Order: sequence, then C-alpha cells, then structure tokens
Amino acid sequence: MLISLRALSLVTALDLAYVAVLAAVLSGVAALAVNTRRRYVQRIPFLLLGVSGVATVAAGGWALLGDVIATGQLPLGLPWLKWHVRLDPLSGFFFVLLGTLVAAVALYGPRYAREFARASRGFGGTLGAFTAVFVLGMQMLLLADDAFTFMIFWELMSVGGYLLVVYQHEHSANRQAAFLFLLLAHVGALVILVSFGVLAAFGGGFTFDEMRAAPLTPLWATLAFAFALAGFGTKAGIVPLHAWLPEAHPVAPSHISALMSGAMIKMGIYGMVRVTYDLIGTVRWEWGVVVLLLGTASALLGVLYALMQHDLKRLLAYHSIENIGIILMGLGLSMIFLDTGHEVLGTLGLVAALYHTLNHALFKGLLFLGAGAVLHRTHEHDLEHMGGLIHRMPVTAFMFLVGCVAISALPPLNGFVSEWLTFQTALQAASLENGVLRAIIPITAALLALAAALTAACFVKAYGVAFLGRPRSRHVARAREVGPGMLAGMGLLAFVCLLLGVLPTLVIEAMAPLTLMLVQARLPAATTQGWLWLTPISPDVASYSAPFVVLAITLVFLLGYVFLKRGAKPARKSEAWDCGFGGLTSRMQYTSTAFAMPIRRVFGPAWKIEEEIEITKTAGPIPRAQTIRYRLHVSDWSWLKGYVPIGQLVLATARRIGVIQTGSIHTYLIYSLVTLLLFLWIIS
Amino acid sequence: MDHQLTAWILAGVQTLVFIAAAPLLAGWVKRVKCHMQNRAAPVLWQPYRDLAKLMRKDMVLAANASWLFRATPYIVFGAMLLAAAAIPLFVVQLPTAAIADVIVIVGFFALARFFTALAGLDIGTAFGGMGASREMMVAALAEPAMLMAVFTLSTTANSTNLATAIDYVLQAGLVLRPSFLFALLALAVVAVAETGRVPVDNPATHLELTMLHEAMILEYSGRHLALIEWAGQIKLMIYAVLIANIFWPWGIASDFTLGALAIGAFVVAAKLALLGVALVVWEAVLAKMRLFRVPQFLGFAFLLSLLGMLTHVVLETGG
Repeated sequence: MLISLRALSLVTALDLAYVAVLAAVLSGVAALAVNTRRRYVQRIPFLLLGVSGVATVAAGGWALLGDVIATGQLPLGLPWLKWHVRLDPLSGFFFVLLGTLVAAVALYGPRYAREFARASRGFGGTLGAFTAVFVLGMQMLLLADDAFTFMIFWELMSVGGYLLVVYQHEHSANRQAAFLFLLLAHVGALVILVSFGVLAAFGGGFTFDEMRAAPLTPLWATLAFAFALAGFGTKAGIVPLHAWLPEAHPVAPSHISALMSGAMIKMGIYGMVRVTYDLIGTVRWEWGVVVLLLGTASALLGVLYALMQHDLKRLLAYHSIENIGIILMGLGLSMIFLDTGHEVLGTLGLVAALYHTLNHALFKGLLFLGAGAVLHRTHEHDLEHMGGLIHRMPVTAFMFLVGCVAISALPPLNGFVSEWLTFQTALQAASLENGVLRAIIPITAALLALAAALTAACFVKAYGVAFLGRPRSRHVARAREVGPGMLAGMGLLAFVCLLLGVLPTLVIEAMAPLTLMLVQARLPAATTQGWLWLTPISPDVASYSAPFVVLAITLVFLLGYVFLKRGAKPARKSEAWDCGFGGLTSRMQYTSTAFAMPIRRVFGPAWKIEEEIEITKTAGPIPRAQTIRYRLHVSDWSWLKGYVPIGQLVLATARRIGVIQTGSIHTYLIYSLVTLLLFLWIIS
Repeated sequence: MDHQLTAWILAGVQTLVFIAAAPLLAGWVKRVKCHMQNRAAPVLWQPYRDLAKLMRKDMVLAANASWLFRATPYIVFGAMLLAAAAIPLFVVQLPTAAIADVIVIVGFFALARFFTALAGLDIGTAFGGMGASREMMVAALAEPAMLMAVFTLSTTANSTNLATAIDYVLQAGLVLRPSFLFALLALAVVAVAETGRVPVDNPATHLELTMLHEAMILEYSGRHLALIEWAGQIKLMIYAVLIANIFWPWGIASDFTLGALAIGAFVVAAKLALLGVALVVWEAVLAKMRLFRVPQFLGFAFLLSLLGMLTHVVLETGG
C-alpha cells in the first residue's frame, strides 16, 4: 500500500500525458505492423488508442481538478530550442474533452473500420496509422509550450486530418474536399504563425513564457489577436471562413468525422483562448464585440445552411459551425465584460463558452457515431432514402435521440445548460456603461434563441426523416442493429451528455482552477446553494435545477404507468388515418426537403436557391401532366461570393506571373543575373 | 424549517390547483365564445368530462408507431407540469420557482414541442409531417420574440426568476413603463401563436389544410390524447398566468396567511377570466391567416419586443 502510494507520488500528471502520447504513437505503429486478417489482432491498435484516450482523460482531469501546472522539456527539436511542454488546467480541460472522444472512438472503431480494412486491399493499417498521427497531433499541440512545438503539431494534426479526409480517395469529390481542407489548413497556419511572430518579436523568444511577458502596445496586441482570430477561426470554421468544413468532415470515415467535429475544430477554440487569455493576457472589449458578432453570424448561418442539407453527415457538419458560433458568443461576451471591469460576468461568459465546447464535442461526437452506425448498416447517407430506422436499429435510435435533444438545447441535457449560461451572461448587459452594447447584446441573445429554435427544427427533421416514419428504400428497410462495440462507443458519449446536463454545478466547480488561471476569478455564487441548484450570478437573479427536472419527468412517467396503464386494455394496433383512400406508402411522407420548405421560404435570401420544375404533358385535347420533375439546388453564399472569386483571382494572378516563365534557359539565366545584380546593389 | 416545509407543501398544492384549473379556463373560453357567436354553450366543466371520457376509452395505435410515440404524451405532460410548478399562480415566494427561470420554462415548451413534432413524424403520414414542419417553423419564429420580451422584463428586474421579477414589480408599484407595454403586446402575440389560437392556428377545426397542432396529434387516442389535450390546456393557462401575474401582479399573496392566499386565488381567477374574455374577442374579430402570413405576424411581435428592449435601454436606464 505504502509502496504503491509512493510510486503514485512519483508519477505526475505530465507523465500520464506522456503515456497517452506514447500509446497513440504505438497504436499507429501497431496498425502498420499488424496487417493480418485476424480480428483479435486487428483490435490491438484500437486497444492502444483506447489506452491513450483513458490516459488523456486521466492526465487532463488530474491537471484540471488538482490545479496542476507541470512543465517539462523534451530532448527533441532544434539545438537551441528544445520542445517545451506544459500541462495546465486549460490544456487539461481540452485533454479531458479529447480523451473522452478518443476513448469512445476506440470502442466504436474496431467494428466500423473493419469494412475499410477489407476494402483497402492490403493497406488496412494505414487508417489506424493516420488516426494515430491525427490524435498525436492534437495531444501534443495541447501540451506545447512554445510556438515552434505548437506549429509542428498543429501541422501534424492538419496532415493527419488531410490523410483521413482523402482516405476514400476513389471519389473525386473526396479528393477535392481534402485539397480544400489542406489549403485552408495551411492558410490558417500561416496566419497563426504571423500572430506568434508578433508575440515572439515583442517577447524575445518562441516559448510561451517569453510571449506572456511580451510588453505589447494596444495596437500590436490587437494585431496579434486579429491574426490569431483569423487563423484559429479558419480551423474552427467561423463564418465566412467555414466553407471547407462541410466539405471535408462528412467524407472522412464516421469515427474520424466525430473526432474532427468533436475535437479538431475545438483546437481552434483552444488556440484562440490560449493566445488571447493566456499569452496576450489583457483582453479588450472591442475584440469582444467582433467575436460576439462573428459568433452570432456563425450560429445563425450555420443552422440555416444545416437546415437545407439532406446528407446526414453534411447536416451535422454545418451544425458544427453553428455551435462554434455559440462558443464564440460566450467568448465575446466574456471579453466585453472582462475589459469593462465585470470580472464575475466575464468569467461566466468564459465558463459558458468552454462548457459549450465540451458539450458540443460530446454530442456532436455522439451524433457522428450514430450517423456512422446508420451508414455502416444501410450504406446510405441521404436522408431522403432513410426512414423507420427506430424499428430496425432501436438502440442506435435511442442514442441518436439523446444527441438530438442535447444539441437542440432542450432541458435536461447538457446543450441546454451551456446555452442557458450564455443567455444569462448576455442578460447582464444592463450593467454595461455603453448604451450601444446594452442594446446590441440582447439582440444577439435573441438571435441565439432563433438559432436554438431552428436547431430544434433541424433535428426534428433529421431524426424524424431518418429514424421515424416508414423506410424509404429497400436496404434501409432491412437494416440491422450494430454490434455491442459501436453501441458502447455511442453509449459512453450519451451517458456523459446526460451527466453533464444533470450535474452542471459539479462541472462548473471543476472549472474553477481554469478560470482562476486565465482570468484570476471564479464564479463564487454558482454553487452556493448546493449541487442541486445552479445559480450562476446569484440565487435571486437566476436559478436552474436539472436534477429536479429529471426527477419530475421520471415521476410523471411512473405515475402515468401506475395510474393510467394499469388495468387498461392493451392498445389495439391499426392502420394510420389515410383519409379513407387507403394505401399509404412511404412516398407520401414528408421528405427532408419538404420539411424544411416553410423555413426556406421565410429565410429565402440566406441561400442561393435554384428551383426547377419540369412538366411533360400528354398529347390530346386536354393535356395532363405525365411526369413532373422537381430539382432544387441550394448553395452557400460564402462559397459563391468568397471562395470562388478569391480562387479565380489567385488563378488569374498566377497566369499573369506565368508569363515570365518562358521555358528557355537563356531567359532564366538573365533572371538570375538580374537578381544577383539587384542583391549586390542592395547590399552595397 | 417549518416555514420551508409549508412553502414546499404550498408549492405542491399550487401546482395541483394549476393543472386542475387548466381545463376550467379552456371551458370558460369556449363558453364565452359560444355566447358571443350566439350558439348554445356547453357547461363550464365540459373539458373535464371530455378528459374523463378519453381516459376511460381504449386506445388505437397506428401500426407504425414506435416507443417514442407512446412516450411523447408523458414527456409533453411532464414538461407542462414542470413549467406550471415553476410559475407563481396565487402566491409568490415558492421554492419550486427556483427550479426553473423563464428561459428554462421556454426550454420546457421547446422540449414538449420537439417530442410532439417527432411523434407527428413517427407515424409516417403526410399529415404528421405537415404539422411538424409548420409547427417547428412557427415556433422558430415565436421563440426569439418571446425571449426578447422576457429579456426586457428581466433586465428591468435584473432577474429571470419569475418570483423575483414579480416581487420587483410589486415593490415598484404602479409605474408606467413603455418597455413593459411593448413586451406585453409581444408576449400576447406570441401566446396566441404558441397556444395554437386564431389567427395562427384554429383549435376548433379539423380542416386538413389549416391544421398545425392538430395535424401532429391526429393519430393519438384514449389516454394519450387526454394527456396531450390536458397539456395544451395547461399551456394556455401558463401563458395567461404569465401575462396576468407579470404585468398585473397586484393581489398575489406575498405571505402564507390564509387570508392572503384566499385573496390571491380569487384575484388570479378574476384576472384569468378577464383574459379569457379578451382572447375570445380577439379570436372573434380576426380570421385565420394564411401560413406564410404568419412569419410577418410573428416578425411584428419580434419588432414589438425589440422596441420594448430599446425603449428600456434608451428611456429607462439612461442617466
């Protein structure tokens, strides 16, 4: 006992983090090395990935709950700049988020990835290896304590992501999506590099410690912030930089989509928080306004675009944009309040944003795994061909419903708590001096309410069309439930969603070291009334008790069961009402497009809508419609007005520059000579 | 401690009274409406008879119904029950009011709506889908207007807790606040849309093309239908009580003496009866709107609540 305790005291949180990283590396190596068709051998990489996930959670939880700041140096990197690593409550928080998802994916993956291994003609190991590279990149960038290490692993994450997106490279659309992903990842990385450059120039070094000490003028601080916002925002997928996200995330294998939407885009949030709150240190309210407005736009446009999708995974990807918007709203509010001297409110905004980051990782991971389960069994990603899966895949249907309720911000699940906290922060705008802000912030809150209500509509559509009603195609009608491993992966995330929804007080208490580190404040009143009552500002201002809500709904169920069901005759089954005509078919159901039609009409200008109706008529004295074809194409304005023109501009510029490329060696020699002369002239 | 216990018991009693009185309000509205339209009116307790009849009747389930369809009535009723528990009816200071503030109550409504819409889609008929699609559209537009109106109140009272907000209005006395006026109008419009009354929906018709809410619950029968109908009546009552008690809280009991409670109960009954008459007049003079006029109607509500917020910021907190 004593020996084990002593052994434990020698192990630090950072050691656990190393274990996690090492396990991820080994998982990749094992995936490449183990290339047999034996199932139990194929599980080894995922087993190691699972170990890595659990160790990640443990290390992160330790750092967060124990308020540990552990630093170290790895004997790698440049001779004068070793890799600095640091595990503090902020990286610990994101470690917990990442580890939970990785663990769920490790449970889910073996069965799901087998299909890819079979299809890959002897290259089955690469998927596991790419996954490991991707996870390793995320783990290490969270640990990085200097810009150099950070950028290396940021890029490693992007490269791993690229390889995973392009994994099913047989389809040209996937290759294009992957290229777009890589391109935007690099543009983003360049901008981040500039931001670090500003900080490093003033701080005199590349370690984060030196950057923290950098004496920045407001102008340079704002520049560093702006570059960080643009760079990390590209990765996080804020509007209008988001167009790559819905292209890339859906085409990766589903468990990877879960990691991308759940964890990878959160690394953008991590970077933003790290640079703004930790490295720059003092936030300004003007930045907050920009972030708040960007967040509102992302939330609203993200959900509006999501509503128009009928590819389930694409719909989920667009919702990531919406949720990143909600997170940014919390961050923006936090910056506004912090700079105007409202420390507690600023902390509340930060807590709301980070809480939503965690929540979104969980429920979006869950939803992508659910979509993957459907894809696995039906090979169908178009909602218009699904339906009735609740009868064929009941457990998956239940898990997916949990995810839908959570993302739609409905009590008592976790999505509601973080949105409620965001609302509470916004409602305190009355305490600001600035009248314009006092008026704008409630409007953004109302737009958040609109986004939340539209999200509910969108998930009624997604769930209703995919899982309810009657099957719309043959292979969907014959779907079977997925195996226990995949269900366990989803179950883990669903359970954590419920837990975070019902016990928000404990989560907020656990986040205290984080806020103390970043903004030197905590929420003193949030948990004063005990774990049952969440009172973020004070019990008088607002309160919410999720355990009571769960209790009451359970009670109603029990009472209903006891009083109403007992003694009653079992319900008779009969056909649904068909207006007396008979013969309801699955084609008579509302489709996904039909469901979203009223909203499409109300918010028309938000999309570029092309509708086409083709009617061929019969010949004869009274022409009757013989066939009717309806075509609808809804496209994203940011793609048409942002990406396409910029792409054309780049190409046109390249063509102009291309003129000097003649292909004759004589000309090139002249270029060299002129350049040489020019340099000589400059030097002299 | 003793006080605490009384409070919890009283909260339970109030919740029971709330859900028990809800059909009565519906009966009252129907009766007044019949009188206005020169029709023979049903007795006041007709809704109770209907509910009792539905409870007794056997159920018929559609062949395609899943467990979600069976669970929905309980979830809907539970959500409304919770919302009713959190709203002060005839006494202010209640422990249950702390379970949920106004935003959570809006969340309960959304929860009930979410599951009703899913149940509508579960059967796999065109009706269910149509109802669900339209209901979600209307709700998406009504929710921001509702929250904006609520925000106006809560920034004035600096609280989203209903009990605290009502207390604040009571303490402040009779002050004319333009922002409250706008918020009241907005909330009234939203209430009409959310409870499925004319001009957004018509509770009296089963004409296929005009249905919103009824289309979703077309397949329900027996005790399931009873629960859903009852939940609908509770929702109407909730909106009425919200309007009555936030904007005219006078008369509501602030302590637990028997006299104060009796006055509180009597006053709130009178207020609800008056609001019922107002609703009937509103429904009598308006006609049902085309579906795609509804966004304008709700946009108007949003504009009203926005004006309320702006007047609050400009007129009431400046200086």
